[in-house]
Amino acid sequence: MTAFLLKRTLIGLITLVVASMVVFAVLEILPGDPARLMLGMEATPEALNALREQMGLNQPLVWRYLSWIGGLLIGDFGRSYTYSVPVADLIVERVVVSLPLAILSLLLSTLIAIPVGVFSAERRGRLGDTMTMGIAQVGVAIPNFWFALMLVYIFAVWLRLVPAGGFPGWSAGVWPASKALILPAIALALPQAAILARVTRSALIETLGEDYIRTARAKGLPRRYVLWRHALRNALIPVLTILGLQFAFLLAGTIIIENVFYLPGLGRLIFQAITQRDLIVVEGVVMLLVATVIVINLIVDLSYAIVDPRLRTRQ
Amino acid sequence: MSIEAPLHEPEGIGAVARKAFANRSFLIGCVITALISAMALISYVWTPYDVANLIVADRMQLPSGAHWFGTDHFGRDVLSMIMVGARNSIAVALVAVGIGMGLGVPLGCWAAARGGIVDEALMRFNDLVFAFPALLSAVMITAIFGPGAVNAIIAIGIFNIPVFARVARAGALSLWPREYILAARAAGKGQARITIEHILPNIVNMLLVQGTIQFALGILAEAGLSYLGLGAQPPMPSWGRMLFDAQTSMIVAPYLALFPGMAIVVTVLGLNLLGDGLADTLDPKLRRQR
Amino acid sequence: MSLLEIEKLSLSIGRTPILRDIDLSIEAGEVMGLVGESGSGKSMTALTIMQLLPRGATAQGKVRFNGIDILAASEDEMCALRGDDIGMVFQEPMTALNPLKTIGEQVAEGIRWHTGAARAEAEQRARAILDRVGLPEAKFPLTRYPHELSGGQRQRVVIAIATALKPKLLIADEPTTALDVVLQAQILELLRELVDENRMGLLLISHDLAVVTEMSDRITILRRGKVMEEGETARVLSEQVHPYTRQLAQASMHVPAVRSAAVKRPISPLVGEIGSLNVPPLLRVSAVTRDYPGRHTSLFKTAPSFRAVDDVSFAMQAGRSIALVGRSGCGKSTLARMILALDRPTSGTIEFRGETLTGKSEAALKPARRNMQVVFQDPYGSFNPRHKVARLVAEPLYLLETAPSDHQRREMVTSALHEVGLAPADMDKYPHEFSGGQRQRLSIARALITRPKLIIADEPVSALDVSIRAQVLDLFADLNHRLGVAYLFITHDLTVARAITDEVMVMHEGRIVERGLTGKVLDDPQSDAAKQLVAAAPDLHRALAKRLQEQG
Repeated sequence: MTAFLLKRTLIGLITLVVASMVVFAVLEILPGDPARLMLGMEATPEALNALREQMGLNQPLVWRYLSWIGGLLIGDFGRSYTYSVPVADLIVERVVVSLPLAILSLLLSTLIAIPVGVFSAERRGRLGDTMTMGIAQVGVAIPNFWFALMLVYIFAVWLRLVPAGGFPGWSAGVWPASKALILPAIALALPQAAILARVTRSALIETLGEDYIRTARAKGLPRRYVLWRHALRNALIPVLTILGLQFAFLLAGTIIIENVFYLPGLGRLIFQAITQRDLIVVEGVVMLLVATVIVINLIVDLSYAIVDPRLRTRQ
Repeated sequence: MSIEAPLHEPEGIGAVARKAFANRSFLIGCVITALISAMALISYVWTPYDVANLIVADRMQLPSGAHWFGTDHFGRDVLSMIMVGARNSIAVALVAVGIGMGLGVPLGCWAAARGGIVDEALMRFNDLVFAFPALLSAVMITAIFGPGAVNAIIAIGIFNIPVFARVARAGALSLWPREYILAARAAGKGQARITIEHILPNIVNMLLVQGTIQFALGILAEAGLSYLGLGAQPPMPSWGRMLFDAQTSMIVAPYLALFPGMAIVVTVLGLNLLGDGLADTLDPKLRRQR
Repeated sequence: MSLLEIEKLSLSIGRTPILRDIDLSIEAGEVMGLVGESGSGKSMTALTIMQLLPRGATAQGKVRFNGIDILAASEDEMCALRGDDIGMVFQEPMTALNPLKTIGEQVAEGIRWHTGAARAEAEQRARAILDRVGLPEAKFPLTRYPHELSGGQRQRVVIAIATALKPKLLIADEPTTALDVVLQAQILELLRELVDENRMGLLLISHDLAVVTEMSDRITILRRGKVMEEGETARVLSEQVHPYTRQLAQASMHVPAVRSAAVKRPISPLVGEIGSLNVPPLLRVSAVTRDYPGRHTSLFKTAPSFRAVDDVSFAMQAGRSIALVGRSGCGKSTLARMILALDRPTSGTIEFRGETLTGKSEAALKPARRNMQVVFQDPYGSFNPRHKVARLVAEPLYLLETAPSDHQRREMVTSALHEVGLAPADMDKYPHEFSGGQRQRLSIARALITRPKLIIADEPVSALDVSIRAQVLDLFADLNHRLGVAYLFITHDLTVARAITDEVMVMHEGRIVERGLTGKVLDDPQSDAAKQLVAAAPDLHRALAKRLQEQG
């Protein structure tokens, strides 16, 4: 197992380094000079040059890359061009919105999808299965931001149960803040739950057709026991893969959802930073998200090894 | 014990078509996709109203006999806009699938045929692309190169490349050890020739199914990008943009958000049903699971 | 009253009838052999007794086990019977165990379920039964996972699960088909012991008449869902009253007519002394070794590489038919691939018609490839399912210097099809329109089309039913006789080797340990590996002689 995990970790690290180069390179070729953006069109060449010097923009490319990476490693993400505050502070301020949102929706989606998938697989071909999978089929087709708009209309505009958008901040208390996250979390979670439920169902049905299920039944174990004790754990592997992919998707999905609900999260931060050409903020947030995705993938790999003894002892 | 033929067997096109249309998912999916495509095509020659005409006097009208889906805040007919928007959505998603297939499939086949370093490199490239959440990168790309339909296509297309590469590679890898491939090698055929003659015809099913999935995802992604203002630019109507505009008038005119959303859901649903139906009829392994 | 009584059992899946009016009975302590070719309904009979039929199956008639009406029993009643009173062993040991649970858990699970025993007690009993089936604690603790065991060991675990609670009836559905002959003999021995110890009834299902004859007191012969004949093994097989019984028995012992004549033909030059003649051998393999690199055990350490083929040298003359036999994993297929230049030797050289193949480019190999073709085991996997026969059979024509015209191409395909007994009209069909035996003929036609001097056949008949197998062996023998094609036959089945080869090479752990004339090696093996193979190989003559002695 250690060999397997070491290899995955190493690949993750290399991916991260290459990703950082890609991000840096892409943003370098971006048209628009940050110094000019900060000073406006009327700035004198001298003032521009002074600012460029101060921002380190006149240094060679490789040196700038290295100093950026060096900074990231000690938690120094640089200073925002537009807000003139450390990027790290901006990120911390926004993470406390986005992270709870992503975790909440992942939990919600998993808690709905897995029981629904099992329910459906147990009743394969019967009415209950056909109906749940019909609903799931529609769920997969719903864009989360449109679903969000509909939720806002029903629960905020019409029923007035929750606020339509905005975020009071955690300082306003846990409940008001959580209340602001409920609709966004549901909007993100349900379409994902539809996908996950379908995957769970088909993985389970495939597992139920395996030879070892027949062996278990030949021992005299009843159908339900076999489903929960033998099939479900084997079906977990594809489900874990999808869960990992979904976390990445949820992170990105926050960009749109935070815009729908006017939530001051990472997604909104990066979206605003891009439109304002605030490169250093974009670089920082993108790297943070990419690193998160890579870590999540590693966790998924680790959980494969926990579920599957073949990976643990493979030589 | 003899091997009793549960292998994947091709049938004539007629037989496949008959089986496909007997499949409920495929039939419904086909009808929906055909309707939406027809709507998009008709919009080139005729729409109920001209979407370029802003008639302020007619603004914010509820759905009625004259305007089935109502009118927006510029007085444009929502149905006409949805028809023209379909054009945009389909074009973006279709070309993005084309980019993904066109580059991804050769890459995947190449990696499977060569193995070793080439294969490892492709896998690591996939890791890299997958490390960037697709929508995030699409936002970055369109933001950097400017918003617009073309950049949306490129952004979505790039993320289709590793998806198709992966499917093609997995399919090809499972075929290479087959005995008929060994027989072709014993007949002196090289990797490229074997890939074209034996591998591609046998993975085309999988690619088709993946194609419909990516097509549906492309429609969703395009809608998301244009909602953020990064897709097709006004005055070209697009479904995502219509939803963004509708958001400000949610309280007075919720139907403005309802209809474009429904258009997206129905289109994606149709494509997904089509894909499911295709998978059912073309791949017996998947069929068994239903 | 019999332990198991099946009367007029009919079964259909959807609208397809599978079984028709089956009668079968088993007494306590009796071994009943159920024989039949593929599609005869053997497995479905077993699954009916277990009530583990696939969806959509409906059974009619009577199945009584120990006085219980199985077809009318509720699911709960069946759960109480399965694993406790009726145990079952399946064909494919590699997939029959849950990969995520330890063998201890899997054996103890049924014990706990049926007896309500506490975990510790159930594990103790699981330990005892695993010891009994030959998996001692020292090497096979309860905490082992299935993937750490070989196929034969896994089958022992499956047997342990099935017999843990000393069932009254054990059903074994092709329990050794996926194993090589030596393992087969061991597993059959184990089954026989367990049945004797506990006075179990055993329903042994197999396609192999020799195996069934060796094991069973009575046999039932099934064909297309109907019982053809039933009775004491010795009587049924010695009298061969029913024509199908005769057909099956003869096919199992079949030796092609051309070959039985050829045996009398003086065989010279003799093996080994080929060098003394001035004719270069058709094929010469010199000191060939193939290593497979070991896996990475950690980042910097690599397991020692695995030597699949170890310093193999031999030569074969034109027109000869040689068998390469050995247990599974002995390296025979790897060797074949290297001769076909589909894999490269780590060291050593291979010469074909005096020309060195090793290290040549694909283009330079073309002339050699023209003269050396291949036939594979799986008649279903050997053809691209999307091409028509004309294109499939013509594939090796790619090796010709000048591409033949369409007309010539069709002529050549027609004549190749004719050689293997197929009609020119078959050219425009797809492979799935043919039966397994016909596909193997197509495979041979494809190999023949360039008129090669050597055909390498990798287990070419082991996937075929016995009657079809006999026909395909006839074809091979006939082509050798008429066209003078040499064969290198890779097989684990000594009956096949005996039927159509002049010489046998025995391979063991990557080395060739014995070589000689077929009859001589099989009747009087010298090396341990060859002795083991010969002793383990099921043989209908021998088994029947033994049965006749016992049953009079």
